[in-house]
Parts: sequence; structure tokens; C-alpha cells
Amino acid sequence: MSEQAPVAETISPTEEALELLQKRFKKTVRRDDREGYGGIVVDASRLEKVAAAIHDDLGYDYLSSATAVDYLGQGDHVEMVYHAYRIAGGPALVFKAQTPRDEAVLPTLTGVWPGVDFQEREAWDLMGIRFDGHPNLKRILMWEGFHGHPLRKDWHEPFFEEELKPFGSRWPDGHVQRSEEHNPYGKNVQYPAEWSPEAYESPAEPAIYDNINLGVDVRTDLATDRVIVSLGPQHPSTHGVFRMVVRLDGETIEGLEPVMGYLHRNHEKIGERNTFIQNMPYTDRLDYICSLSNNLGYAISIEQLMALGARYEPPTYRAEVIRVLMAELTRIVNHVWAIGFLLNDLGAFFTPMMYAVIERELILDFFEATTGSRMMCNYMRFGGVAADIPARIRGVANLINDRVRDMNTMDYLHSLIHERLPRAIDQLDEYLTTSEIMTNRCMGVGVLTRDDAIAYSAAGPVLRASGVPYDVRRAEPYSIYPDLDFDVAVRYHGDVYDRYLVRLDELRQSIRILKQVLPLLNDTDGQPVFTGRGVYSPRVPAGESYGRVENPKGELGFYVVSEGKQNPRRYHVRAPSFINLTALEQMCKGHKVADVVAILGSIDIVLGETDR
Amino acid sequence: MYGLGIWRGLQVTLTHFVNTYLDDIKWGFRRHIHPDAFAERQSLAARGVFTVEYPDEKLAVPERFRFIPFLVVENYDHPDRPGYDWCTSCGICAKVCPPQCIWIVRGKHPDTGRPKPEPEAFFIDIDICMNCGYCAEFCPFDAIKMDHDYELASYDRTSAHIYDKQKLSKELRYWQSIAPTYAEQEADARGGWEHKDVLKQRDKAAKAAQAEVTDKTD
Repeated sequence: MSEQAPVAETISPTEEALELLQKRFKKTVRRDDREGYGGIVVDASRLEKVAAAIHDDLGYDYLSSATAVDYLGQGDHVEMVYHAYRIAGGPALVFKAQTPRDEAVLPTLTGVWPGVDFQEREAWDLMGIRFDGHPNLKRILMWEGFHGHPLRKDWHEPFFEEELKPFGSRWPDGHVQRSEEHNPYGKNVQYPAEWSPEAYESPAEPAIYDNINLGVDVRTDLATDRVIVSLGPQHPSTHGVFRMVVRLDGETIEGLEPVMGYLHRNHEKIGERNTFIQNMPYTDRLDYICSLSNNLGYAISIEQLMALGARYEPPTYRAEVIRVLMAELTRIVNHVWAIGFLLNDLGAFFTPMMYAVIERELILDFFEATTGSRMMCNYMRFGGVAADIPARIRGVANLINDRVRDMNTMDYLHSLIHERLPRAIDQLDEYLTTSEIMTNRCMGVGVLTRDDAIAYSAAGPVLRASGVPYDVRRAEPYSIYPDLDFDVAVRYHGDVYDRYLVRLDELRQSIRILKQVLPLLNDTDGQPVFTGRGVYSPRVPAGESYGRVENPKGELGFYVVSEGKQNPRRYHVRAPSFINLTALEQMCKGHKVADVVAILGSIDIVLGETDR
Repeated sequence: MYGLGIWRGLQVTLTHFVNTYLDDIKWGFRRHIHPDAFAERQSLAARGVFTVEYPDEKLAVPERFRFIPFLVVENYDHPDRPGYDWCTSCGICAKVCPPQCIWIVRGKHPDTGRPKPEPEAFFIDIDICMNCGYCAEFCPFDAIKMDHDYELASYDRTSAHIYDKQKLSKELRYWQSIAPTYAEQEADARGGWEHKDVLKQRDKAAKAAQAEVTDKTD
């Protein structure tokens, strides 16, 4: 690339913006000149002003990600990292603010980008940064009353064994031990001083209800229709263990607070204990419907880091073709699933979903034959994919009653993409789109305006149904998407119905992409699919990277900080289903209880990703 | 007209309903018995009921399918090294394992105490194993492979779910039977059906013999 540098040096828009900022805020803004890092570091006291300038004057109106990094032993500060984008497309403007670990306070940016709300709560919860002026600064993934901030480098989990994997106890003297055996009660668990389990009253529940209080005392004021209802967490309509505490006036929603974290396992802490490659199968477990796109996002972000080093070869063309094939098939899997479940939520119990899931099964058969697993695919590697597409999709009888199938893979893909899937999508369309039950329940419900969608950092179909044609595949293209011909699906009403229609449109666009990918797959037959060295500890140079992909549920980003060692210092997931929930209250206000279920269904969340 | 959309939708449901019976008639009401029926019912040509009636019929899994690793040992009727471990206890699988579910005790010579390429003990906690397949992917000796048997339910996890070397060991023949294509590809890469080290030694011996012969002729 360096050989073809343009003669006249043009300044990239980001560079221009950074220079403008530096000119305007001479004393408070400096370049981040650590090796492998980019963007600017803003003085904490002026963060709000600079952020407002970035948003208002420079036009970076979409805040994709906000997360914190703990630099214990490297300056002993925690750093908040923001990635802001222009909704018209283009690269990120990265700005950071540092604050000491012992007294971590930063001003909130909820006034500039309301979408930062949940992300700041997450940073408070897991990293212990207090945000001055945040309207509702509570823990979000852990419960109120939890002691400590788990993502801090000096925080250890109860089953803590060692700081980094691989653990020394496994080899060469690996005498097996269950973790529960070497962790008797009390040992290894940190309790605050003078804490007694008998006298403890959890503040978790009151904290949830305090924020959403009725303003009436039910003991004296019984003549009221206003009630608080807790929807979930064990409720089929919430797609998992998700809970919404709603304040109702009669049947109308007045306020809503999402409560999450029931499936929280601190994916990011696990990721920081893992080596880079060990983390790949864990990304499968984020959005477990779309494991292959998660793999792709993670691979892209680590490849960005590896590209900083000397010995790195980008994936071959065939590897990229296979990646796109997998990503688009995953999109189809996800969208038919989402549409099926939306209908479930509307009360069409399981019939539409079952019809939709047949096609998903057929795609999963292909995934299973190629990757070895239907859902937890673990297929992408840094520098390509794990294995080429097999010649045949063929079962091998092993168990009693095993029935064998044997199909040519390319023929299978061809008729899947050219016949079966388009027919199924048309059928789904005919079945649901004009149905009066569907239109009555969905049209005009859960409206999110264009400006709100951008402000709340909504992503994916939620954003595009509100009239914003923003798609990472076009806004900041990756892989072979620039070569492919497809349209960004967009609808303009921002209601549940339009989110359904956008998904239907995207299904058709995915088919269009797949039809272009198939010949490429044939042309590149025989090329290698992996350019790495196939070692279990690839070298990842020091630096930071933010790799993002257009996942079926929205923009999935991985922010990774490497120190040039085997394990990352920081590994953060910008989870679309988590951040899309920021706007949930906005969408639900004024609607009826039954509509909340439809609205939640139209956002299409997966709790594996929301709670991480 | 109001209600037309629902009517159109119901037609789709009706089509699915009718297709089920057409499919039944097509196979002479022997959908579950006819030898060719299963492969078609579970293919792109499927029109009727798509479900598989487990456990009376099971989808055979493809060769790459991965579910809990096993250790490859030499066939029990092997002339030289029956039941011999292919594992050299190099520890790569234990190091790369993402959930760290592999425990290995490296073998030692009883007299000298020096390590020998053979595991003394090998454990996999199958409750922790996430079936990622890295151990098989990175094993330099093709000694650990992913199994296809997914029916592992047991009554007590504490006693039954930590597999030891005996439980993990399966003959090379088994690997050949569940993944014929890949077993053959690997054998080609190694240069024969034997263990890598055995082949290497054999090569060396052959070369030495060759050298001796040439020496003598000189």
C-alpha cells in the first residue's frame, strides 16, 4: 500500500478534525502518541466542551462506543475511550479522557449523546468511573450493592486461579481438580470489612424501584390507577432473562426501566484472561444466533492490530469470500429467526416461527458440515478461516438410528441461494406482511424518530427503520463488501412494522449478495484460505484497535488493547442489542403494556450479548 | 378489503398442511421406513413435515462435527504397539484450551526422572469443555481428535464427568470410521498410517541401512 501513496498529500477528514480541535483547545487536547494508538486525549475538566464541539461543530453525531480501560501499572489511571462517527459515513474520531484510579470521576456526556447512557453506567459498574451529572448512575450488569468493580485489573473473581491463561496447573503436572473443590466458602471471595451476611439487606431491588417511583403512597392513596409492574425476567416474551420495570397509568406506559445482567458472566474479563486465539470461541457465545459474524468482527479487530506488525499477511481473497458468504447466511438465519419470534411476541404462537426456522435449519446444516458446529462455529482465524468448504455435506453413521445424507456442497449452496431461500422469503412476506393482525399491532407502534435513533446510538435494523441509511458495510467497508452490489435497506416510519420490513428487505439484499458471492467461490476454488502460521500463540503487536462489522442485530464492535503479549490488556465488546435498549423507554412511552412486548421483539435482542 | 391479508396468510398455512399429506402419499405412507425418504425429507427438496423424530431417527453428523475430544491410540491388534498412546504429552492442547479443561501429567522415566513423550495421566472435564476443537486443530501429532458421540447424559456429574485417560482413549480405527476423509488426509501428510515419531524413526533406520549398504559397496 505504501508504494502507491498519492503524490499530493491529502488530509483525511479525521486528521482535519483532529487538527481543528487541537487549534481550538490548545491546552486541553493533545495527540495520543503512545505506540499503536490514535486519536486525542482530552483533559477531563474540558471533556464536555470538547465533546460538544465534536458533536455540534465537527458533525460527529453518532457515538458508536464508549468504554473504559484500566492502566494499572502504566500511569495508574483509568481511561475512557469514545469512538464517534459521522452518520454520513467515514472513519472514527477517537477521543479519550483519563482520570486517576483512586478517585475516578469524569463528566457525563449524556447531554451530548444520549446514547452514552447505558455505556457510562456500564463503565461505572465494571470499571468504577463515576460520571458527574449522569441522570441515573446505577450499576447495570451487576446488582446494586455489589462490592468492587470487576473489570479493574486488581479485582479477582471468586474462582480466581491465575491472572492469565494458560494456567500453570494444567501441564506438566496436571492433577485434575474441580474449581468448586478448591474454592470452599469464604476463601477467595472478597467481602468488605465489617460485612456480615446475616445483617445484610440487599439494596438491589429498592434501587430499581426508587428510580421509577409512583409518586403516590399506596397505603394512603389507594384511589389510583398507577401501578408498577415487573415484566420478566422469567417471561417468554423477553427472549431470555431480561426484565422491564414499567410504571403504568391504567394500561399506558409512563416509564420503563430495563433491568439486565441476569446472564452476565463478565465476558470481557474472561477475554482479558484468554490469549487472543482462545477468545475466538467465546465470541460465539455473545450473540449465539450469529456466531459467525461475531467471529468475523473479532478477527477483523485483531487483524487490524496484527497489521501494525511486520509479519502479517492479510487473508486471501477466497478467505474473504467465504467470510462474506458466512456472514450473509448468518444474517438470513438471524432475520428469519427475528421475524418468527416477533410473530411469537404478537401472539401467533410458534407457527410462523416454525416455518421460518426450517430455512435456518438448512443453513445450519451447511455450517455444521463446514465449521463442525451448528451454532458455536468458531470458524474464523486471524488471517483467514479455519478450513475450506468441504466438497460434500455428508453424514457419517456412528450412533444407533443414524440416518445419512450426502449432498454436493456447491450444488447445495446454489439451489439454497437461488431457489429455496428466495421462495421462503417470498412466502414469509406473503404470509405476514399484509396480515391485518400484523399491521394493526405494529403500525405506528414504538416509533423512534430519525434524530432520536441517531442520538441514542441505535444500530442495525432499528436505526435503518428510522430513515437512516447507515450500514457499516457501506459506511466503513470491510472485507470484500466494496466489490459487491447491494443496497442499504431503509424505511422511514421508525415503528415496529418498519423494523419488520427492513429485516425483510435485508433478507432480499443478502440473497442478492450471496448470488454474487457464489461465482466468486467457484472462481477461487483451490486457493488457500488461511495465511497465518497456524500457531497457537500468534504475535499481536502493541496498540489499540476498534474493529466493527454490521452484525444482523446492528453494529458490533470490538475494542482491543494489546501490549504485545499473548493476552490483551483490554477487550471490550460494543454489543448492539445492549446499546439498542437505551432507546427502549423512548419507544415505549405512551403505548400499552401489550405493545412493549412487540417493541422489544422488534429490537431483536439476544441476552447472551446484552448481558455479556 | 379488511381481512384479505389474514386470508392470504392462512393460505400459506394451508399449503404447509396439505404438503404434509402429499409428502405422506408420495412415500406410500412409509415416510419413516422408506430408505430414501429421510435424505429427501431433510434436504432442500423438503416440502412436508421437516422435523426429525429423535431418537427413532437421528441426523448423522458430518465428519467435521466436534463434540468432546478423545485420545487416539494405536489399534489394539497392532503388531508392534497395541493400544499405544499417540499423545506425547507436549501440552499444546492444555495450553491452547480456552476454558482450560485439559489436565496432563507428563510421563517420566522411572529411573532417571527425565520426561518421556507419553502421558502418565490425562483428564478432560467434559462439563467445562466448550467443544471448540482447538486441541485437535493444534495437536502436532494428530493424537487428540473431536468425537461424534453427543449422547453423554449421566446421572451424576461429579463422578462421571471427568474423563480419564482410559475413558478418553479410542483406537485409530474409530477415528478412521467417523472421519474417513480427514483421517486419510492426515495420514498422507504424515506419510503413513503410523504415528509421526514411528514414521520418523523408520525413515532414519531406513536411511542408516541405506548408508550401510552404500558403505559396504564402496
